[in-house]
Amino acid sequence: MATMTEPPAEAFRLSQLIYDTRYRSLTIQVVAFILIMAGVFWLANNTVQNLQELGKDFNFGFLGQRAGYDINQRLIEYSNDSTHARAALVGILNTLLVAFLGCILATILGVIAGVLRLSKNWIVSRLMGVYVEGFRNIPTLLWILIVFAIMTEATPQPRDFRGENPEASMILFDTVAITNRGIFIPAPVWGEGAMVLILVFLASLAGIFAFRRYARKRQEETGVILPVFWVSLGLFFIPSILFYYILGRPVTLDYPELAGFNFTGGTHLRNSLIALWLALSLYTGAFIAENVRSGILAVSKGQTEAAFALGLRPNRTMNLVILPQALRVIIPPLISQYLNLTKNSSLAIAVGYMDVRSTLGGISINQTGRELEGMLLLGLFYLVTSLIISGLMNIYNQSIKLKER
Amino acid sequence: MSDVHAQTVSYVRETMLPEAEPPVTERGAIKWLRENLFSSWLNAILTILSLFVIYYVLSHTLGWMLYGIWDAGSLTECRQIRNELYGEDASVACWAVLADRWDQLLFGFYPQDLYWRPVAALLVFFVAVSPILFEGVPRKLFYLTAAAPFICFWLIWGGTIWGPIVVALGFVIAGAIFRYGAEMVGPLLAIIGAFLVPILYWLLLAGPLTGMLNSIAPIGMQYVSSDEIGGFMLAFIIGITGIILSFPLGILLALGRQSDLFIINKTCVTFIEVIRGVPLIVWLFTASLLLNYFLPPGTNFDLLLRVIIMVTFFASAYMAEVIRGGLAALPRGQYEGADSLGLNYWQSMQLIILPQALKISIPGIVNTFIGLFKDTTLVVFVGLSDPIGFSNLIRATTDWNGIYWELFIFIGLCFFICCFSMSKYSQFLERKLRTEHR
Repeated sequence: MATMTEPPAEAFRLSQLIYDTRYRSLTIQVVAFILIMAGVFWLANNTVQNLQELGKDFNFGFLGQRAGYDINQRLIEYSNDSTHARAALVGILNTLLVAFLGCILATILGVIAGVLRLSKNWIVSRLMGVYVEGFRNIPTLLWILIVFAIMTEATPQPRDFRGENPEASMILFDTVAITNRGIFIPAPVWGEGAMVLILVFLASLAGIFAFRRYARKRQEETGVILPVFWVSLGLFFIPSILFYYILGRPVTLDYPELAGFNFTGGTHLRNSLIALWLALSLYTGAFIAENVRSGILAVSKGQTEAAFALGLRPNRTMNLVILPQALRVIIPPLISQYLNLTKNSSLAIAVGYMDVRSTLGGISINQTGRELEGMLLLGLFYLVTSLIISGLMNIYNQSIKLKER
Repeated sequence: MSDVHAQTVSYVRETMLPEAEPPVTERGAIKWLRENLFSSWLNAILTILSLFVIYYVLSHTLGWMLYGIWDAGSLTECRQIRNELYGEDASVACWAVLADRWDQLLFGFYPQDLYWRPVAALLVFFVAVSPILFEGVPRKLFYLTAAAPFICFWLIWGGTIWGPIVVALGFVIAGAIFRYGAEMVGPLLAIIGAFLVPILYWLLLAGPLTGMLNSIAPIGMQYVSSDEIGGFMLAFIIGITGIILSFPLGILLALGRQSDLFIINKTCVTFIEVIRGVPLIVWLFTASLLLNYFLPPGTNFDLLLRVIIMVTFFASAYMAEVIRGGLAALPRGQYEGADSLGLNYWQSMQLIILPQALKISIPGIVNTFIGLFKDTTLVVFVGLSDPIGFSNLIRATTDWNGIYWELFIFIGLCFFICCFSMSKYSQFLERKLRTEHR
């Protein structure tokens, strides 16, 4: 009779903590935890001691104090009587503005360059190769400085626009003036009924969106393809223009004019903004171009051939077969490029653009001597922005992931 | 039958015609032009547009560059020479600024008679990395690779030779304990000893030992402080140190992030995300403004060292993400195969997983290196004088006030050469290591 002997219950020995894989991971974690806590405690302790020696405390009260400095570009009301918190907010908005503009232009540049780099046209693809390699291999900071130098050194002064035979003239039917003090563009003046116009425009945007969804659903169900592009184009322009005249031209443009030594009227885009915007867009655009190129190349040639074999035309092949697959490859690195652009916008310091690092992390710190608190808030702002964007990216990735069964 | 046929049917040709040339539009340059540049009207427009862009750029820069003046002492002198040679309106480059100030752009304020030292350090570095980069190089050179950090440090900063030697001795001790201690006191104690003994040695013994050795045999070179280091030399020092240190750190962080151990995993994730979420420039300001808060009161060390630490941390977080991508891309079977062979964690990582994962992530790793090297320009904002800092300094002198493009072009070109050759090397490496059959 075979008897099953129970394995002898081993007594726990101390050496098991190290040599038994069941307990070893626990040991390692406990040791790591103790070390990390000791490290954090050491740093915190040092900080407390250092603050004590300097006679400082740790509070964010300075945010409520009067800032006392001016910010030359502000999207919201701000004067030097406002608080440091308000100054930080102005800076944040400026950062977000340049990041937003940069992302749009960089995407446009990147898509064009990426597609053209794959072009069979020898000269065009080489030219795009030079653009991409040139911008990818030279530091952003240098590009920002170069573009800023071009904006300030190679453009005419406002007084060159003066006189009978001016050395410089405004472009685009005398509406835009490029000077070494910045670019002056027409500013919209919101008259009566402008609100209605904006609502109409927003409604037409919503209409385009709804129509696209409908067209897509229809195509998936019946295979009938609606003329999405032309309808969208029409919806974009026609209602707004119609209402513009019905309401009696509620929006007019205020053109910049030369007065005294400078231009007045219109909107003044500072060189710092333009230089930062252009340089960041060109730089990031080169990276996006590579992403786009690799995304298109990632779709295997068999897909194109299969689509042709089904009788689809090149246009349809691109829209229905290649792009949906390529986008899945392109979008994740694209978003991380947006993140990089947002973080690189902190290089505003090179051209004196008043972003959040210059207001909260620069002048406010210098004036109040609150390095620790200021840098902490600054880091937190960038961290939260990054986490939000990457969180959105993850949601998007989940939604476009191949649904495997 | 056939001969009859040949004789009777007289109009059948018996010899081959000589091959006719293809039509003019289908051969040579015209075919190439037609297919590559003018295959459709859109392509033709693009071609003409590109030609116009090229013409526009070259017409504005080529003459300016080629007719540039190389021999002048200041910008005013440059303009005088230009007026004599080409007249007032001509726009030509003044490369004389480079001829005049190349030493500062490359070496900063490093003493002029000691320029051979950083150059020698760079040579030592190249010889030391050659066995890592290329296969055909003698393996004996790895000994130099191990010694190179200390040699380079000594060459650049100078001072007594005993400092680097005594520090290096600590690593030798660690290696000896690790290797021979295992047999005497067991593997675990050997590992702990290999960590603790050198640290104690460096903290307690290294300083007095250096002093003693130096008083016995004072061998040394002129000491150069970090303030005198600048220009591209600074960019190279920060870049190369950052690259070398961030690579192993990045691997460790990536392994930590992949680890099943909860605490280690979460620590690594937090570290990586916090570092990556904040721009480098904020970290550099942290290094220059805040680091003193976190260290014991009274500690104050070199700004250059602080910056290198920050840049290393920054790059290693990015590196970790790149390597994590490589680890994730590896088929699960590789991990299971390594386990089934009975390899322990470190063995399986070292022998099976990492060689493959690193190969997959080569492009990303090199991109991180390139990014790090480019980011060394940001140190200008915390008061170190990198090439861009020096371009500002040069522009601030009365001699060269108002000179922009020449300096920018020079700096840009230097960066381009370094970064472009790095990316070309990575492509070479990818081709060399490609094993799958295509």
